Amino acid sequence: MASDTATLPLFPESETKGKDLYRSALGRLFRRRSALVGMGILITLVIVAIFAPLIAPYDPEQVLIGVEDVKRRQAPCIHLLGCPKDQPQHIMGIDGNVRDQFSRVIFGSRFSLIIGFTTVGFAIVIGSVLGAVGGFVGGWADNAIMRVMDVLLAFPSLLLAIAIVAVLGPGLINALIAIGVVSIPAYARVMRASVLSTKENDYVLAARSLGSSSTRILIRTILPNAITPLIVQGTLGIATAILDAAALSFLGLGAQPPTPEWGSMLGTERNQVFTAPHLVFFPGLAIMLTVLGFNLLGDGLRDALDPRLGEKGVVPK
Amino acid sequence: MVRYIARRLIYAIPVMIGILVVVFVLARLIPGDPCTAILGEKATPEACARLNTQLGLDKPITTQFVIYIERFIQGDFGNSIRFSRPVSLILVERLPTTIELTLLALIIAVAIGIPAGVISAVRHNSAIDVTTMIGANIGVSMPVFWLGLMLAYLFAILLKDTPLWLPPSGRLSAGVSAVPFFEAWGWNVQPDSKGFKFLEFFANLYILDAILTQNWALLGDTLKHLILPALALSTIPMSIIARMTRSSLLETLGMDYIRTARGKGVPERLVVMRHALKNALLPVVTIIGLQLGGLLGGAVLTETIFGLSGVGRILYEAITARDYPIIQAFTFIIAAGYVAINLLVDISYTFLDPRVRLQ
Repeated sequence: MASDTATLPLFPESETKGKDLYRSALGRLFRRRSALVGMGILITLVIVAIFAPLIAPYDPEQVLIGVEDVKRRQAPCIHLLGCPKDQPQHIMGIDGNVRDQFSRVIFGSRFSLIIGFTTVGFAIVIGSVLGAVGGFVGGWADNAIMRVMDVLLAFPSLLLAIAIVAVLGPGLINALIAIGVVSIPAYARVMRASVLSTKENDYVLAARSLGSSSTRILIRTILPNAITPLIVQGTLGIATAILDAAALSFLGLGAQPPTPEWGSMLGTERNQVFTAPHLVFFPGLAIMLTVLGFNLLGDGLRDALDPRLGEKGVVPK
Repeated sequence: MVRYIARRLIYAIPVMIGILVVVFVLARLIPGDPCTAILGEKATPEACARLNTQLGLDKPITTQFVIYIERFIQGDFGNSIRFSRPVSLILVERLPTTIELTLLALIIAVAIGIPAGVISAVRHNSAIDVTTMIGANIGVSMPVFWLGLMLAYLFAILLKDTPLWLPPSGRLSAGVSAVPFFEAWGWNVQPDSKGFKFLEFFANLYILDAILTQNWALLGDTLKHLILPALALSTIPMSIIARMTRSSLLETLGMDYIRTARGKGVPERLVVMRHALKNALLPVVTIIGLQLGGLLGGAVLTETIFGLSGVGRILYEAITARDYPIIQAFTFIIAAGYVAINLLVDISYTFLDPRVRLQ
């Protein structure tokens, strides 16, 4: 394993070496039980999100007054667990607006995935451009970029996100922008660190002496080496983004009702927790499982992509 | 070492200036007019103009910025638009709640997180290690607001009529009140003096006040109200601390000097506690410092759920009500506090790790 990493930077163009390295990383990933559990959760989540209309028994926004004999905030009714057969089955109960909670939780998976991927995608693109420019150009540009990142990092992320949403106005899109902006510094730092550590390598010097332009060196030679930490940070970042977005929606600043978004569902029913706990329990459980999936996969990826670790644990930062 | 500390202090200055600018700009960018927020939708333009002059909002933005910096340096945060009271007084009332909440959460996180991490590392790959790490992974994925609501339901409803019952909201029970320690000690402090605000701040830390005045009923009641929000808030940092302690200790236990210590016959307990843990805790200290930002963010959520009127909650309310002075002062205090804590963490390194001092 160690010899693979040692030789990789010397032969960056060598396709077979690269493939071997990724194959062995993939092998390590599949050997980790926690990563497999994470992948299992996420694959299930993706399937649920894609086939939501087929899985959900009702339309998530359909009000069941006059359609069925159900009451507001009715407790779950599961036939298998002894609920009378003549009552309609609602395995997660009925919400405050007489809608099927299970269908809403199922459709919520779509929002949570969209939120995770768009915010982190946005933050990775902007963050890595800033980090790459800072690390590669150096000097005042680097200083200016990193000081701005320091200031952004000086605010607790959720509070800064709340302030940004306050400026832009509440709503799902604005919440996504806020969380995206708040996440930028993490990626800028990761990218800058990778660029700094690779740009002094011999093969970069070789590329330079062959007459490659700076942009080409950055894109063809340095960036491929910086991708790994970005993937790891990104997977773990999706988990944080989903948590923060749910928190914003919970406070009424993100997705607005009747959107079946988990945080917003929790927020609208939070005062009913003592009388109808199922309306708070299930959306929260869904958030937790999703975040857990991304966290487990992210940890697994980090361990698998870093061959220095062996089977021991995490490399100190 | 003095040079190292001085360098860290100087390095913090541009960040603080940046925070001041960001706070000022953010507060001004929040859409809507403070006039309609205070006087209502039907306010006449004349009334608005008068109010804007009174609040200094009619001056050019650059002048407003200069006035804002001057006042901040003097510790004058202006008057709250919504409450028509000095922001510093509101700060004195609200900040202690958040400090108590976050400190208690941090204490719980450290007190459980570090031992859990140590046991996991020492019993590497055992059932207890696997269980702890599963717990830590779940803990780190838990939405604070969900956990808070579930804890409130469990302890206030399901465990009602048992000794484990805990109140779901508020800071004190009805009928329990805190007597400021300086009044209990018979000090004569003028309510409008600077010293009063200072003493009042410490008196509002109810745990401290209860200990100083030996009011054990107050202490018990405060802790009873604080334990659930603190527990909810502590799960994420607790899990992170446990994971970090485990991985850092595992790393240290594999080092040569540990093998030497074992080789010369040092008992395993001492090897772990004295030789390994000391070095292994260095990265944990950094992580603890970093967690405080998350704790302050999480405080907005826990304070909302548990009906605690702390900094997080008032800041959230101020943003919705466009109360500029409160937004500015509180955001600044939180960000500055965060920078100060990270500075302390950096400086504590010089004591914990002699290598930093030598560099």
